[in-house]
Amino acid sequence: MKIITGLGFILIFIGIWAMLTRKNMIKIVIGFSLIDTGIHIIMVSIGYIKGRTAPILNSAVDKARALTEVVDPVPSVLVLTAIVIGLAVTALLLVYVVKLYKYKKSMNIDDYGELKW
Amino acid sequence: MGKRILIWIILALFIYISLPFISDFIPSHELSYVSQKYVTDGPKEVGAQNLVTAIIVTYRGLDTLGEVVVLFIATAGIGFLLSRSRGKKKKRRESSIILQTGTKILFPLIIMFGIYVFINGHLTPGGGFQGGVVIASGILILLLALPDNPLHEFLLSFTESISGFAYVLIGALGLVVAAGFLDNKILPLGKFGQLFSAGAIPIIYSLIGLKVGAELVNILKHLKND
Repeated sequence: MKIITGLGFILIFIGIWAMLTRKNMIKIVIGFSLIDTGIHIIMVSIGYIKGRTAPILNSAVDKARALTEVVDPVPSVLVLTAIVIGLAVTALLLVYVVKLYKYKKSMNIDDYGELKW
Repeated sequence: MGKRILIWIILALFIYISLPFISDFIPSHELSYVSQKYVTDGPKEVGAQNLVTAIIVTYRGLDTLGEVVVLFIATAGIGFLLSRSRGKKKKRRESSIILQTGTKILFPLIIMFGIYVFINGHLTPGGGFQGGVVIASGILILLLALPDNPLHEFLLSFTESISGFAYVLIGALGLVVAAGFLDNKILPLGKFGQLFSAGAIPIIYSLIGLKVGAELVNILKHLKND
């Protein structure tokens, strides 16, 4: 699981790099989305326990011994919440991109210098 | 040039702060204290087979209500930003016959699958959020196939507001009938593992599914009209 956690941090790294260096606004939104995915992977890998199954107590899992047979359900819950919020925020960012493109007909973030100091 | 050096310094600092998380990472061998309580007491207290659903809808139900509110605010923001260009009607090209025929076959199946996913949220993997997204993808294929906006505006906003209102109402009913806000024991728990079990969880998750579906369809509608 150490490898999976490391891969999650690599995804966050790529996302931050994309947000800082890319000029195209769609690519900046993609960088945000990559950070989101990396955080989800890290959270899931924290809750994973080797050799166990999903936290659903159907016929495959003995209910009396469930404590030693299922993975941690709490990180899964947090990731489920985070995915929905990430989806909403990504949609909002894309709408900002659409609005900015209508305003100046440019995708380059350098053309929008109003917030510079 | 100075900007690029600064960016790489920031990235190096990010690697520096994240290295301890990777090198000192110890994989867990048993459940954390809170999860132990959820796993042992969850089937008795909540009666849901899927423990993730039990935590989302009942134990942490207030967080889920907040999450739905965040989704609603994001949708409202999108609607606010994209509502200006309503006036001019663009002539759109007809979609191809393959897309139109495929939509007629697939659309009912996708909607049915979405409803299946959120009704069985307490038994199998899935639930309101996933089912809502599946329903929104079904409406997306409809929006692609029919170039004029075919959506019933009133039905869409009616579904959204009634499902959100009923969600809060069921939660408040728990204050009166059962132990607290969003308690699922306002209905009998039923037999563990059956469709009609786990008290109010199937109803609450269906309402969440309808609300999420309606809100995502709203986002798609605004993005298409623009």
